[in-house]
Amino acid sequence: MKLPALTTVAFGAAVALIFFYAPTDADQGFSQRIFYFHVPIALTSYACFGWGAWKALRYLRTRDERADLESYVAIHQGVIFGALTLVTGSIWARASWGVWWSWSENQLVLFLVLFLFYCAYFMLRYSVDAGPARMNMSAVYALFGVVLIPVSFLAIRLSQRFIHPVVFDSHAPSNMTGSQWLSFIVSFAAMLLLFATLYNVELAGKRIDAHLRELRELLGRRLDVGPQRAQAPAAPAPGREPA
Amino acid sequence: MRYVSDVGALARKDLLLELRAKETLPSMLLFVISALTIFHFALPAGTSDVAARGLLWSALVFTALLGLTRAFVAEREQGMFDALVLTPCDRSAIWLAKSIAVLAFLAAAEVVALPAFAAFFHGLDGRTVAAVALADLGIVAVGTLFGAMAVAGRARELLLPLLFLPAAIPIVVGGVGGYLWFLVLYDAIFAVFAWGTFEYVIAEA
Repeated sequence: MKLPALTTVAFGAAVALIFFYAPTDADQGFSQRIFYFHVPIALTSYACFGWGAWKALRYLRTRDERADLESYVAIHQGVIFGALTLVTGSIWARASWGVWWSWSENQLVLFLVLFLFYCAYFMLRYSVDAGPARMNMSAVYALFGVVLIPVSFLAIRLSQRFIHPVVFDSHAPSNMTGSQWLSFIVSFAAMLLLFATLYNVELAGKRIDAHLRELRELLGRRLDVGPQRAQAPAAPAPGREPA
Repeated sequence: MRYVSDVGALARKDLLLELRAKETLPSMLLFVISALTIFHFALPAGTSDVAARGLLWSALVFTALLGLTRAFVAEREQGMFDALVLTPCDRSAIWLAKSIAVLAFLAAAEVVALPAFAAFFHGLDGRTVAAVALADLGIVAVGTLFGAMAVAGRARELLLPLLFLPAAIPIVVGGVGGYLWFLVLYDAIFAVFAWGTFEYVIAEA
């Protein structure tokens, strides 16, 4: 119970700092404050993918089924934070340049590539039947992702040279003042805590789900033994695919 | 030495199969020529060299995808995977052999496609040819790994492009920009990755 409370406090503090404490940007004005959401969300998304890959490696080393589920949940959260990164980045581009999408923002383009890559993770996972084969493939794909991140980043940097000769300066103020740093750090901590909370909640839900399914199967098998129920085995709940 | 002869035998099996059935290569050839023809009509007259070169790269990636989609279909449909997993050979040899076979198909398709591109559009320079050769290695290394994953699923042909295309974006960047060092880096990183992880992909198939 401590973690959700801590997350709430950190989030409240972050919002207060961002809107009332951080100085208004002289150049971009009020809209620059989205920086304190956008960049921490993006960094948290990287953390999710990294954590998912670490759990995937743990799975391949130990064959522990829990690590497979943990890897899945981390990547699921990573895709959610990645989608938020795209949305906040798009809003920011609209506010400061008047366009919804800009190919000259390296980080944003990288997130588009990663978003596409990790969405396919779910396609892969739900197309293969549950079992060790699926766990192995999911783990290998999750590990591939963290190798692809730096390679894609380098590729996108390179592509700027022949697609956009003029590179915009990065949005992030390179010489942030103390109050800006404080707002940024608190916001980043709040996002990481939010990830940890959501991760725990989803993991608990998935585990309860799996446990329930096991019990239901057990019950179904018991009932099958009885002569009058032989024709009606307990059906699994429709539309419930094991994660 | 055992490893090399295992790889040789497995690759020979694929090439022989293709030589007799003639399924994959003719479709790749027809596909790439049709794609180039479509590009002629898609591009406005007087289009720059750079735009045409960009389209060459998308044609090559999609042609490779066509070959990769077929790569493991025989194994899956004929129950060959069980036999392969039981074979007393290193499982990475299966990946290497399959990559060599797909590379052979892709190279054969490009032997026709590149001169056709040069004739249809603006000609080719040596750098592009070198980039194509390097990109092929990365395409088959990654594509064979993902091909083995995709064929295990229910969606199969649908799944491989979704897995493969985001990972192929760096190849297109390296190819269009002519960054040969970047393609070498990509090939090296992902060949080692695929070689090391392939056994997990087919171990429980």
